[in-house]
Amino acid sequence: MRRLGERFTLLGPGLAYLTALMVVPLVLVLSYSIFQRGRFGGLVHEPTGENFARLFDPLYLDVLVTSVKLAGVTTVLALLLGYPTAYAITKLPPKWKTVALIALVLPFWTNFLIRTYAWIVLLSPAGLVNDALTGWGLIDEPLQLLYRRPAIVAGLLYAYLPLMVLPLCAALERMDDELLEAAANLGARPARAFLSVTLPLSLPAVITGCVFVFVPSIGNFVVPELLGGGQTAMVGNLVRDQFLKARDWPFGATLALAVVAMLVVLLMLQAWSARRLQGGRDA
Amino acid sequence: MEHSPPGRNSQLAEENLVSRRPAIRRTLAGAVVTALALAVAACGGDDAATSAAQPDALNPSADLKTQKLTVSNWDAYMPEDLPAKFEQKVGSKVTVTKHATNEEVMAKLTAGGDSGIDVAFVSGPFAQALAEQGLTEPIHPELIPNLSNLYPEAAQLAYDPGNKFSVPYTWGTTGLCYRSDLTGYDPDSWNDLLTPKPELAKKITMLQTDRWLMLPAQKALGYSANTKNADEMAKVKEKLLAAKPGLLAFDDTTFYERLVSGEAALVEAWDGWCNYGITDNAKIKFTVPKEGSDLFVDTMVILKTSKNKEAAHAFINYILDPEIHSWAVENILYKVPNKAAMEKLDPALATKYPNLGITPAELMKQETLVDLGEAATDYSRIVTEVAAS
Repeated sequence: MRRLGERFTLLGPGLAYLTALMVVPLVLVLSYSIFQRGRFGGLVHEPTGENFARLFDPLYLDVLVTSVKLAGVTTVLALLLGYPTAYAITKLPPKWKTVALIALVLPFWTNFLIRTYAWIVLLSPAGLVNDALTGWGLIDEPLQLLYRRPAIVAGLLYAYLPLMVLPLCAALERMDDELLEAAANLGARPARAFLSVTLPLSLPAVITGCVFVFVPSIGNFVVPELLGGGQTAMVGNLVRDQFLKARDWPFGATLALAVVAMLVVLLMLQAWSARRLQGGRDA
Repeated sequence: MEHSPPGRNSQLAEENLVSRRPAIRRTLAGAVVTALALAVAACGGDDAATSAAQPDALNPSADLKTQKLTVSNWDAYMPEDLPAKFEQKVGSKVTVTKHATNEEVMAKLTAGGDSGIDVAFVSGPFAQALAEQGLTEPIHPELIPNLSNLYPEAAQLAYDPGNKFSVPYTWGTTGLCYRSDLTGYDPDSWNDLLTPKPELAKKITMLQTDRWLMLPAQKALGYSANTKNADEMAKVKEKLLAAKPGLLAFDDTTFYERLVSGEAALVEAWDGWCNYGITDNAKIKFTVPKEGSDLFVDTMVILKTSKNKEAAHAFINYILDPEIHSWAVENILYKVPNKAAMEKLDPALATKYPNLGITPAELMKQETLVDLGEAATDYSRIVTEVAAS
């Protein structure tokens, strides 16, 4: 009994926090989704299934697909860029490792919107990128870089790349070098050792990093609005617009719920695969 | 509606990045608001479907020193030192809370219960929505002698004829803001924006907020800016879909800077905002298209829940003082419906910013935006369809 009491004392604050700030809001969102919209926002408490039916409207499905694509491309690019970065950071001498990690996190100290505006300055026709390209004579006319989907991906990638690098750094850091020595002793060249030892061992972190990047990317509505020039709708924009423009809270809640459901499935897949990978190592 | 002013004083050239870019405020607040709207509703977002409220009996000789006001306004939409000056003159203490959008303050005001706000600045259609829900105190004109400073037209606004529950603060219209040196001609039609000359393709922006995103197509087709007709809406959508490839962006916040930098040549703009561009480049011009446009109004309302209604009336009366009201014209470059305030302006201001010279009679020829009610969903859907295309 004493141990149970102890557990609850320790768990209490966390449980209370999660209940108040996650379970309760989620239940609220769920309850919103079954009611009808009030004229000025808010709800009319008459149950309806219409909000869920609207989810399957091709218009909204299309927005969801676009969001998944953009977030997916961002995640893949983050992995391709983030893995070598994380690998290189762990190979640095301790002093420089700290410097590199601080440099990685440093941009987070600046407001996200300011950093996104900086991308507008970079990518605009009179911006630094176009100036440099025309200056070197690589192009004659400034390229239209802004307000296209690649600009959205660039913004998201920039914003969330550290979320890929950090878990990878932690995992690669923890790796036992003796395993690589063993591989070398058994005749594996470095490339082979990497593929057979390092990569599989870091896979759980790869999956974690991918989830960390994908989840906020798919919900972001600032980047599509600013760098996408409002010409691409992502699901985050859609949810925001339901609450703030269409005054349709129930449908906004339903959309939010759909995204949450998608992410829960994703997180469960991550947990499942991480456990399998982990299990495989222990066996 | 997002036509809150972009900075404390847009005539100052040395403004910092943040004050020049209201989107930072707006979008940040937007994120907070979504969360807030949820939280607020949790505490009882029931719809009070009451009819227009009956006026309370107010005491004209109430001791205003014992009353305290909370005023919600857009950031930088009235002088910083106004609360202090008001307290000095009238005696009531004023606390200012800021909202970034109408929707943000509406979430607070319609959540049920006392929001603690006495006076709110909202756009006309939102004031109308509040009044229809019985959330506003009818204006007691006897407590606002300065109402006589207003133009007669200010009492003829479609969402509130006779200023029964709202007093207009600023008003304006939407039109074409352009660099004649880049366009090579003077555009005069919404079609210049929607079906641009080939050389202007991708040098055009349109506003992003629902009502103004729809406006050019609505007016070009000869429809009402408040239309709810399904056939008309379908044609508006087609026209917008056809216009999208010619656009550089949908942009509510930086369009005038794009004109200044030359990235855009022709943009859909609120008159006051076009002035911010003119500040930086005198070649920028503003015109109201021949098909007509909208009349948008930002107003002041007193909440039914206020326990300081006498002070609230005194506050509105103070705002309508020509000395105070003219501040809005000089600093945020919006027109005000206050005859006395407009007449005391330096004529040089209207020479530099010609759209400040648009007369009330000319404004009244435009269509006043009113609340859409249920049709807000249809507007939003079309905007989503255009964005997703």
